[in-house]
Formats: sequence, C-alpha cells, structure tokens
Amino acid sequence: MGAYVVRRLATLPLLLLGISAVSFALLSVAPGDPAEIVLHQRNPGQMPSPAAVTAMRAELGLDAPLPAQYVRWMSRALAGDMGRSYVTEQPVAAQLARRTVPTVVLTVAALGLALVLAVPMGILSARRRGGAGDAIVRLAALVGSAAPSYALAFGLIILFAVKLSWLPAVGYGSAAQMVLPAIALSLAPMAQLTRLIRASVLDVLGQDYIRTARAKGLSEQMVVMKHALRNALLPAIGATGVILAHLLGGAVIIETIFTWPGLGQLIVGAALTRDYPVVQGFVTYLAVIVLLANLATDIALRVADPRLRYERVGV
Amino acid sequence: MTMTAERVGVRLPRRPAIAEPRRRGRWHALLREPGTALGLILVVSLLLAGLVAPWSPLADPTEINLRERLRSPSPEHLLGTDHMGRDTFSRLVHGARATLLAAAATLVLSMTIAVTVGLLSGYYGGWPDTALMWVVDLLLAFPSLILALAVAGALGPGLLNVLLAVGAVWWVGHARIIRGITLGEREMAYVTAARASGASDRRIILRHIAPNILGPIVVLASLDIGWIILGIAGLSFLGLGAQPPTPEWGAMLSDARPHLQTAPHLILLPGAAIFLAVLGFNLLGDGLRDLLDPRIRRLAR
Repeated sequence: MGAYVVRRLATLPLLLLGISAVSFALLSVAPGDPAEIVLHQRNPGQMPSPAAVTAMRAELGLDAPLPAQYVRWMSRALAGDMGRSYVTEQPVAAQLARRTVPTVVLTVAALGLALVLAVPMGILSARRRGGAGDAIVRLAALVGSAAPSYALAFGLIILFAVKLSWLPAVGYGSAAQMVLPAIALSLAPMAQLTRLIRASVLDVLGQDYIRTARAKGLSEQMVVMKHALRNALLPAIGATGVILAHLLGGAVIIETIFTWPGLGQLIVGAALTRDYPVVQGFVTYLAVIVLLANLATDIALRVADPRLRYERVGV
Repeated sequence: MTMTAERVGVRLPRRPAIAEPRRRGRWHALLREPGTALGLILVVSLLLAGLVAPWSPLADPTEINLRERLRSPSPEHLLGTDHMGRDTFSRLVHGARATLLAAAATLVLSMTIAVTVGLLSGYYGGWPDTALMWVVDLLLAFPSLILALAVAGALGPGLLNVLLAVGAVWWVGHARIIRGITLGEREMAYVTAARASGASDRRIILRHIAPNILGPIVVLASLDIGWIILGIAGLSFLGLGAQPPTPEWGAMLSDARPHLQTAPHLILLPGAAIFLAVLGFNLLGDGLRDLLDPRIRRLAR
C-alpha cells in the first residue's frame, strides 16, 4: 500500500508538467497578441501605439522564445508566483486561493445532497426492480441527466425566489443563499449516481454469495445492508473522479448564475476577457486538485476492496 | 464463428441471409420500447424543425421591433416576443437548426479524432499506443467543460470556436473505448485470416476492423449528442458561443436573464427546448445501445 502511494505520487509531477505545458502552448498559439489585449484592457477604446505594444511585450516577457517563457513561468509557479491578471493586475495565486473556499463549500454541499438521495433511491430502485418505485426513480434519473443545470437553476430562482419569496436568488454568505445553487448543481451527479448504484446493486444481488446469505436464513434487510451494499458501493467510489469533474464543470455555470464568488466565476470572466495568466493558472491549479482527487479515490478503493491490493491494476 | 458474431453484436453485411430476418425483428423491438419511441419522436421533430426553419413562414428570428417588446403569447406571436420584440417561437425553431448543426459538426470532429486514435492505438500497440493513452488519461482526468471553456476563451467568442473547443476535448473517452474494442478485434480469427491471405495493415484496418466496430461507434455517437448539445448551449449561455442576434438556445437563455421577473417564460422556453432535445437523443441512444451493442455498457464503465 505504501509503495503504491509513493509510486502514484511520483507520477504526479510528470502529469502536471504535461497539463501545464499543453495549456501554455494552447494559449500561446491562440489568435491575438496578449500585449494588445492588456493595453486594450487598460485604455479601452484607444488603439495602442506600436511602441507601447513592443514595450508591453517586453514587460510581459513575451519577446522570449516559447520554451523559455514556459520555463520561466514554471519556475515562478513552483515558488507560488503565477503571475498577475491582465485585467485586475492582482496576483493570480491570491485570486485562486481566495476563490477556492466558496467552490469547495458549494461542491461538497451538492455532492452530499446527491449522495444522500442517490444511494437510497438506487437501492430502492434495484430491490423493487420493475415495480412502480423503480419506474419513478428511473424516470427521475432520466430527467435529471437530460436537464440543463442552467435552465434548472433559473426554474428554481423563478419558483422559490420570485414567486414564493422563500429563498434569496443570488449572493454568498448565508446558509439560505446556498440552498438553490446546491440543489441546481447536485441534480446531474445525483442522476448519474442513482443509475450507477441501481446497476451495481442489481449486479451484486445476482451473485452467489447473496444467494448463500439468503439461504442461511438472513433477513432481506441484513442481506442488502450487510452483504450487498458494501460491494455495490465500490463502483460509486470508483466514479468519484467522474462525478467531481461533473461537479466542477457544473459549478462554472451555476456560480455564474448565482453570483457565487468561486473559481467557476473567475474562469468564466477570465475566458471572456482573454485573461491568459488567470486561465493558465486556473487550469494548472485544477489539474493538481483533479489528480490528487483521483489518487485519493484509488487509495479509498483499495482500502474498501481488498481484492485490488493483490492484483496490479493495469490499464 | 457463431460466437464471434454474438460477441460483435452486429451482423456483418456479407451475410444478409442470416442477418435480415433477425435484424428486422430487432428494429421492431426498438420501437416497442416506449422510451425509445418517444426519443425517436423528439429527435425527428427536432430534425424537421431544424430542416424547414429557413423556408418556414415564421417571422424573421432576427427582426427587431422595439414597439412589440416582451409581448405575451398571441395569435400573431405564438409564444410572445423577447426583449427586442423578436418572435420567440421563430427563434426557438431556428435555434434547433443552430443547435443541430453545431452538435453534428462537433460530433464529426470528435469522432474522427477518436476513431483515428483508437484504431491506430489499438491495432499497432507499442510505444505510440502508450504515449497516446497517456495523453488520453491526462485529458480524461480533467473536467471537459472547463477544458472546452479554456480553449474557447483562447480562440475567442463564436459558435465555430465553441464547437472546435468542444470537439477538441470530447474525443478522449471514445478513443479509449474504440482502442479497447480494436484490441479485441485484432485477435479475432477473421483478422488472422485476412493477414494470412496477404492483406496489408492498412487494408485490415479499413476493410476488416473498421466495419466491425461501426456498431459501437454509432452507439457512442448517439449517446453523445445529448452531452454535446448541453455543452455547446452551456458555453453559449456563458457568452462564448453564438453571438447576438443569432437565434441559439443557450444565447437566448442568457439574453432573457435580465427579464427573469417580468418574463420568466423567455428563460423557461429555451431551457425546455434544450431539455427535450437532450432527452430525445439520450432515449434514442439508450435504445440503440441495447439493440446494437451490449458490449458498450461494459467498456464504457
């Protein structure tokens, strides 16, 4: 186990190097001169003079060859300096740090909500396969996976904030303000998890050891809770990475709608204004989070499923 | 050989005598499933709307009439008008066209990359395979919507750039699945037979393996359209995709935002249109998957 963790940790820097290099190259070949973009941001409406553009290119270090730019960016990033935003001129690292907490709060709330509903719904659906409960759960999962979160978010705002005035529509700070965005964000992963858990409970309930458990006279409750559930939840744990990707991608849109001051709002603003240092820093930062989350998932799977510890999990 | 055909799930075109009767039976089974039938109805109506939109007698979706702003539904404007006095129903129908064209282009782009990478990687193996799969794993770990957002941001706003961005990040998962299937096909007796009779690698890939993995590709594609529609409309909603005055559902949603309190239907209608389109393609995709390829469920995890 220890050796496994060390081996996985050793590949992390390599993966990070890859992601940051790709995003760096992408932004560098993008159309438009960043120096002109910066000058436009600072003096809107004015055509920057060629001399000013040249000076700005030198100031931003854009006159160096691309690999040199990347090496300089990387060595600064390792020291915690990810450059400054073209638009606000604030340090990127500080902006990322400040916006992490709201996004974590929102995604954790949404994930919690999704799990609390998806696990019982998935189990119920599988146990009453073909029945009315199963039909309702499957319909809900189908609707949930096709509904665009942004339309759902507006539906929630219209119903609960405009018509009923029960909850605030936007803003950040109080628990009440978190309810609507968390619900809107949780729907897609909830649908996905429900389908997954239903399928894996069905799969497990057909196994020999479940028949054995029933044959020795255990109550159905005992069979499901003690024997089936633990194995049935393994695929759900394994899907954490996918679910996390879903949540973070959804957060981009949900945060924009609810003016939630998180990372999603930051990246949308940066993408729209072509604020390259922020986009670059965000992509690299997110890569760290995602890779660590995947590592944590794999470790959790190995803890929960002893079979994995004995075989090498290949490609 | 029987086992092979079972495993492939799709009958080879060279054996019509066996394939025909069974296949017709299966297509009937497809339509008997109420969900799939509903999906087919939704998709066909969407296609029809998108197809006839430019020649329909509907009002011009971009014609601004400020005296007719935010009108309620009336015989003249079936679903009312938006904040610029444009006919909402006409914009929705024309939006179907924009959505379908963008989704189709994205699908072709991402599937072309996925099939090329998957086939070559699975067939040849070796270090190119290792390298490609390394890239795939790297990209798979990343939230694709955010990656598409970064790419679209770098390219600048516009529907074309959004579909390039989505296409550029969407192929990775499929490449992995197609590689897995190709890996299995490569060991099949028919490939050995083709090689024994002197066929080149190129011929084996294009004439023997490619037709056999067509079923899974169709299924993957049909399951994918819904996601692509959601992604493109989402990026358009954020302001990166279709620019005004183009009638596009995601852009319509964001246009209607300031009028949330006075005209909520302007938000709910394009939202419902996106939902029905995605639902239709998802239902049809599920049906096609059950019909064509039971293997996918296993490989797609």
